[in-house]
Parts: sequence; structure tokens; C-alpha cells
Amino acid sequence: MLEVSNLEVAFGPVAPLSGVSFALDKGETLGIVGESGSGKSLTAMSVMGLLPLSGGRITAGSIVFDGQELTTLSEPAYRRLRGGRIGLITQNPMTSLDPLQKIGPQVDKVAVLHLGMTAREARARTVEILGTLRIPEPALICERYPHQMSGGMKQRIVIAMALAADPDVLVADEPTTALDVTVQAQIIRLLDDLVKERDLSLVLITHDMSVVAQTCDKVVVMYAGRAIEHGPVGAIFGAPQHPYTQALIGCIPKGLGQDEQLTGIPGTVPTVLNYPKGCPFHPRCPRAQGICATDRPAHVTQGDSAVACHFPGERA
Amino acid sequence: MLLRYIFFRALMLIPVSISISVVIFMIVHLLPGDPIDNLIRVGSSPDDRAALITKYGLDQPLVVQYFKWIGAMFQGDFGEAIVLRRPVADLIAQNLPYSLTLGGLAFAFSSIVGIILGTISATTRSTLVEQVVRGFILLGSTVPGFWLALLMILFFAVQLQWFPVSGAKGWDSLVLPVLTIGFGGVALVARVTRVALLDARREDFVTLLHAKGLPARAILTGHLMPHAMLPVVTILALRIGWILGGAVTVEFVFGRPGLGSLLIRALGQRDYPVVQGCLLMLALAVMLGTLIGDVAQAAMDPRIREAKK
Repeated sequence: MLEVSNLEVAFGPVAPLSGVSFALDKGETLGIVGESGSGKSLTAMSVMGLLPLSGGRITAGSIVFDGQELTTLSEPAYRRLRGGRIGLITQNPMTSLDPLQKIGPQVDKVAVLHLGMTAREARARTVEILGTLRIPEPALICERYPHQMSGGMKQRIVIAMALAADPDVLVADEPTTALDVTVQAQIIRLLDDLVKERDLSLVLITHDMSVVAQTCDKVVVMYAGRAIEHGPVGAIFGAPQHPYTQALIGCIPKGLGQDEQLTGIPGTVPTVLNYPKGCPFHPRCPRAQGICATDRPAHVTQGDSAVACHFPGERA
Repeated sequence: MLLRYIFFRALMLIPVSISISVVIFMIVHLLPGDPIDNLIRVGSSPDDRAALITKYGLDQPLVVQYFKWIGAMFQGDFGEAIVLRRPVADLIAQNLPYSLTLGGLAFAFSSIVGIILGTISATTRSTLVEQVVRGFILLGSTVPGFWLALLMILFFAVQLQWFPVSGAKGWDSLVLPVLTIGFGGVALVARVTRVALLDARREDFVTLLHAKGLPARAILTGHLMPHAMLPVVTILALRIGWILGGAVTVEFVFGRPGLGSLLIRALGQRDYPVVQGCLLMLALAVMLGTLIGDVAQAAMDPRIREAKK
């Protein structure tokens, strides 16, 4: 359904994203994890074709959606996909809706635009979708303004907009980061249900490894603009090969009552202006040797998984 | 909800009006100079002088003068001009239409042209167009109105003889004054529109609008413009009052009748009642302007409608 290969993105002379690859089938959920600044959101923006908004461009690689190459697609054709066949859910629901417009028209717009519906038909559809997202009194909500609603409600509205034209793929860029913990679980469950009910493909961008473990089929681990390891969730969580992936999994608390020491990762994430040479993780890596500082590791494929590390393998 | 907002917003004008009337009343009495000196013939006796003072009530306590003044005002009586010896209300009624025509046209000119120029400079992809508009904005914000007026008179009226040098006869006499007042306004409105549009474009929800598949033009007209208009409306509202008052020098340079010319003449002659009447009209215009601006903003922005209860 969606296949990204060797994607590279540049903002002027700066290249914050290089060599990102993943594939997503119908009905699958793919998790993209990594710390802040690792290029997760940029990957989402690339898929949406919205990089030019912030002045970036794709310099290499390809994005194929349903047999169609997107990196060379014309803007009018891309517009039909956006909102129509690929829906986006953004990070901060507090600022994702136009504060000057009522909820109803903002959601209606998608069906009017992509399904050719009249305003009346679109409203009926909006009310129906809001209902399926477990929003109480959907017809009343349509007459409300964004500032009159809670963050969790607003995120449901954003999800409703993404769903309004029955897309094939949803891209959710940290959909729960800005929400209360209790609401986070609700939204994640909601997305999970939608994928199953509608046979959707979901790209779930998050920095929460436990969410990935619970909901995703595949996972891409990103670090400093590179996909350092990817594969099926079972394989990655069962036998992570990259020391960074291992460290991330080590950061998941096991649960209540377990007397454990949470491990962190020493050092800090490099910023895009000082990505290290060679393997970007080498300054923080316990396994690093001379070659890690000079040569960039290539992806080594093993079954459905791939890892970019000079010394892959399970924890010593 | 909006009506409720308008009601409470209008209530706030009451204390403001009272303070303004006190200030206007006091300022004139605190100014140095004496209107009787201007009025009295040389060589008059102290008795004549005393008679004049009694006639205009200048011998009474200030508080009494104030309440008499304000009481009469509510009946449309602004007093009688000391020097011109006519009811102030008549003088204002005679001059106000000129100021309203000039101010109204200048306001419309600066709003329309300013918003268009600001939008062009914020959305054009041509750097040349952007540079030209920004250059114009810089020029318009820095060139003083009275100097521009003189230049325009020299060029368009004296050299080319397209428009009359001064006066208020016929529509063509309005062109140069409107351009003079409007020029600075155009620059100001264009600048605010430009910045507001660029700011609006950086908002998070704009990304989502693009993600919905909306064309850039629909996003501009349907979402960015309404947002950009919020600060523009604030500026325009402030200018309603400013244009009436700010027309003072321009009316003077072009020799047009109007509230500004009347005020300048009355100040020179220390004609208290006229000065007070003019200042009150200008203050009223500023108050009405901000009221209209606030109401317009509330009509546009649901968050403001509900914030003030």
C-alpha cells in the first residue's frame, strides 16, 4: 500500500533525513519510533507531500502509494490524495483546528472536497463519523467552536477529519503526546479499533515504545535522521540487534511492583547541524569501535528485519 | 452572545466619557492665556471686562461651570463661540461634513488599497513585486503627511494643474487630500496585513488544512485572511479617530474647512467653547472607532465573544 525507500530530505544544505525505508500493507500498523529530532515528523510530512510548506524537499529515494510514485506527483494530483486517500492526524489538537470556525464546517469540508458531497450530505456524514468516534451529541458538537472543547475531544475531531473521505492510509504524528495520560490510552485504542474495522493502514509515529509493542505490526527505529533498525514488532522486540533499539526497549518500565532500575541512554541526541560522521549513534554507543566513527554502517537484512550497525547482535 | 458583548462593551464607554469630558473641560481652563483679552477692545474699562466675564460665566466656580457645560451639552447646546459669536453646535455642524467626507474617503482608500497591497506582498512568489511593495510601505510609514501634501500640491496642482491647489469646491478638490491622508494609512494597513498573513501561515492548523487537500487559494481566502483581519481591524478602528484628528494638518495645508481647521483657528484665538466642542467630537470619534473595532473583532472571533462577560 505504502512503500518508502531510501528517502532523503534536505533543507538547503542541511540534510536531516537520509536513508529511511519501510513498507506498509493494507490493514497493517507501522510504528515509527525515536527521540525528538530523529526525523519522525519529517518522514510523515514527506509522505503527505507537505515538505515545501516548511521549505524542505526530497532529494533522493521514492515514496510509492498504491502503485503511484509520489515524489514526482503534481500538486493538484497530490491534493486529491491528501485528505482523500491519505489522512493526517497531527500532534497538538489544541492548535490543529481553525479557532475561528465551528467544528462542523471544518470536518464537512473533507467530504465536500473529496467525495463531491453537498454541504447537507457532508454534514450528515460528519455527524455519523463523530458518532462512531464515540463523541456524545455529535450534531451539537458541530455547532461548537474548538476552544469550547477538551484536548481529547479535539483530537477525535482531527481523527474524524482524517477519516471523512474514507482514506486507505492514516498518518498519525504523535497523536497522543499533547494529551492527558488517561485520554492517551483512549485515543490509541480508538485508532487500533479503526484500523481493524476499516482495514486501514496506519503509520503511527510515537516515542513511546510500549505503544508500539501493543498496537503495531511493524516498527521502524529512527535515530538522527536514519532508520537504524526495522522489522516486524515481534522480531525487533524479541531480539533487537541495534544497541540503540536495545537501549530504547530497556527504557520501558515493566510495571507496578517490579523493583527495577530504569535505564536511560547516556549522552544526548545530536541536532541536525552536528550529526556525527560514520554511525550517528557511535558517541553514545557502548559497542563503538574505530570504524563506527568513520564509516556509515549499511543495512544488513535478516529475514524481514534490517539493521544498520557494524556490530549487530543481541546484548552481550 | 454577540449582542451581550456589545451591550457590556458599550457600558464601558460611560466612565470613559465622563473622564474625557472632565479632562477636556480642565485642559482648556489650565491653558495659559485669557479669551477676554482677545475679545475686549483696547482701552475698555475694568467694568466692561467684568461684564464680559459674567456674561460667559467665567467668574463662577469650576465645578459649577463644568456641570452647566455638561448639562447644556446633553441638550445639544455646546455654548457660544466667544470670538466667532455663533453657537458652537452650528460651527461643528457646518464643518463636520467636510471632515467626514475627507476622513471617510481616506479611510476607505487606505483600508482597501492597504489590505490588497499587504496580501500581495505576503503571497507573491516574485521577489521584485515583494521588494517594490515593501519599499512603498517603508516610504509611506516614514514620510510626514504635511510634507507629502506640499509635494503633491507642487506637482499635481501647480505643475500639472490636474487638481485645485486648495479649497473644497467639487470632487476633484478631494483627490489630493485623500491621497495625502490615505498614503500613510495604506502603508500602515499593508504592513499589518502582511505580517499578520505571514504569522497566520505559520499556525499549526494550516498544516492540517493542507493535509485535508485544500488548495492554497482556498486556505488563503477561507482561513488565513480571516485570521489576518483580526489585527488589521484593530488598527483600522484606531484610525477612525486618528483620521478625523490627523486630518488637522492636511485640512490646514489644503485650506479646506473642517473640524481640524476649526480647531486650529479656535486654539489660536483661545476660543474655549469651540476648542472644547471640537475636542469632544474627536474624542467621541475615537471612542466610537474603538467600539466598532472591538465589536467587529468579537463578531469575527468566538474566543473574544466569550472571554468578556
